[in-house]
Amino acid sequence: MPLALTDTERAWLQGEGGEARALAMRVITETARIMGARKLVEVASAHIDGALYHGDSGTLFGERLAALGAKVAVPTTLNVGALDLACGTKTRLSPHEREMAARMMRAYEAMDCAPSWTCAPYQAGHRPALGSDVAWGESNAVAFCNSVLGARTNRYGDFLDICCAITARAPYYGLHVPENRRAKFVLDCSKLSPALRNADVFWPVIGTLFGQRAGTDVGIVTGLKGFATEDRLKALGAAAASAGAVGLFHIEGVTPEAPDLVTATGGERYPETIRVTPAMLDSARAGLSTTQEERIDAVAIGSPHCSIEELLELDRLIAGRKLARPFYACTGRHAVKALEAAGRRDALETAGVTLVADTCVIVTPILSAIEGVLMTNSGKFAHYAPGNTGYAVQYGALAECVESAISGHLTRDERLWA
Amino acid sequence: MTPHRPKAHPILPGTAEGPLLQLTAPLSFWGGVDPKTGTIIQVRHPQCGLSIAGTILCLPATIGSSSSSAVLLELIRLGKAPAALVLAAPDAILLIGCLVAREMGWEAPPACELAVSGQRKLPSGRVALDRAGHLTSSKQA
Repeated sequence: MPLALTDTERAWLQGEGGEARALAMRVITETARIMGARKLVEVASAHIDGALYHGDSGTLFGERLAALGAKVAVPTTLNVGALDLACGTKTRLSPHEREMAARMMRAYEAMDCAPSWTCAPYQAGHRPALGSDVAWGESNAVAFCNSVLGARTNRYGDFLDICCAITARAPYYGLHVPENRRAKFVLDCSKLSPALRNADVFWPVIGTLFGQRAGTDVGIVTGLKGFATEDRLKALGAAAASAGAVGLFHIEGVTPEAPDLVTATGGERYPETIRVTPAMLDSARAGLSTTQEERIDAVAIGSPHCSIEELLELDRLIAGRKLARPFYACTGRHAVKALEAAGRRDALETAGVTLVADTCVIVTPILSAIEGVLMTNSGKFAHYAPGNTGYAVQYGALAECVESAISGHLTRDERLWA
Repeated sequence: MTPHRPKAHPILPGTAEGPLLQLTAPLSFWGGVDPKTGTIIQVRHPQCGLSIAGTILCLPATIGSSSSSAVLLELIRLGKAPAALVLAAPDAILLIGCLVAREMGWEAPPACELAVSGQRKLPSGRVALDRAGHLTSSKQA
């Protein structure tokens, strides 16, 4: 079945909307052909992951679009870049890389993308409506957008995201199609202890299990009603989207498309059900750490970017003490502003916290060494830090991260998992 | 009679030749492959330490980051990309790297679709891909 375009879309493809729009349409229609889409869908907003420097190629593409006069046609936020423009944290990029990263960020701002520079745009005011079609990049942002907000997006790769923003169009397939949003498997957490389910540290672990089972499948987690917070859902989604190709998860009784199991599965016979056991959690949690070392060289939190609530929780846990190890809290400029408004930025920095805004420690070289042991409460940092930073990882709760950073060696309370 | 030749479905048709590299676990290119060298850097991946540069790369699945397209684009620009991609299913993230490379005037690797069961039957050693999607043993020049 060939791809059906509207007259307007065909005219854009032929260059009547300018060369930038034609280029964007070529990328979109070719993607649509590859993925078997039969039409394009109008999108209401975009979130762009493509402005992060991975090498000169991305800068050159962004500048090509900007030079052709490209402008985004819908409200568009930007994911992290490779430089901290808001708090000024130094990176170890070479002068050439720093220049190319800055040029890339400028090219995307020149296309009228909002300089949000965060992987948690949904906590910086960008919250599309339930049931609306959007084009979002960044795996955690995609998972949150689909799952928690109930807006519809595929996992838009770098560069397709900006093409969709320029044209307000996306290939209609995958998670834009309501039937594809139904759960195919169930992760049942109802037998786990309430104390565990009510602990922040549990959520990236269940997210990792979800991602390992899911691949690209949609699933539903049951037994978590009454325990979810927005930051916990954020952490679950980020871990799931690192361990698998997860674009959408449902939580029974919590997320908007899953008021109950029947609705989330589309009323079909109950699908494969996995009863989550403590042993399964132990194995997933053990996989988030890559070392037995008890020495901790640094701590990093904030993947996805810390919300203002998470920064205030960090402040509360430090309780006026001094951190003995470098402690990086990655966040967005929106949360830094809120932290300043709350009057707590100085206290955090005096304790030894380095606020990293607009970027994070696994996408750009910020950590002061190239190896060591990094502790984190983020399933996503745990997944990517060894490859991207050279550090081995210890996974633990935020409180454990704080105590470890104060003492310099691993402090972990195992009683919760027993 | 012609011998049986494994055939993949061309997604981005083209020809290629190189050593076959079968990944035995899903991979995210971002966070999984060094964009400067093509070496697999994800420590939990069974093929960590091997280079994908110049290979006929068989992927059972792609996972993780939506920046994998950017890593592939950079590999293409630096001449460190796989010679061809053999995917178990079309992947909109990774293949964007190829589509954008074309727009930039850089030569992108061809891509084809072959289920994991078919990937496992491919000959080891050097392999050639033709425009129709045939994958056959090739003698080293």
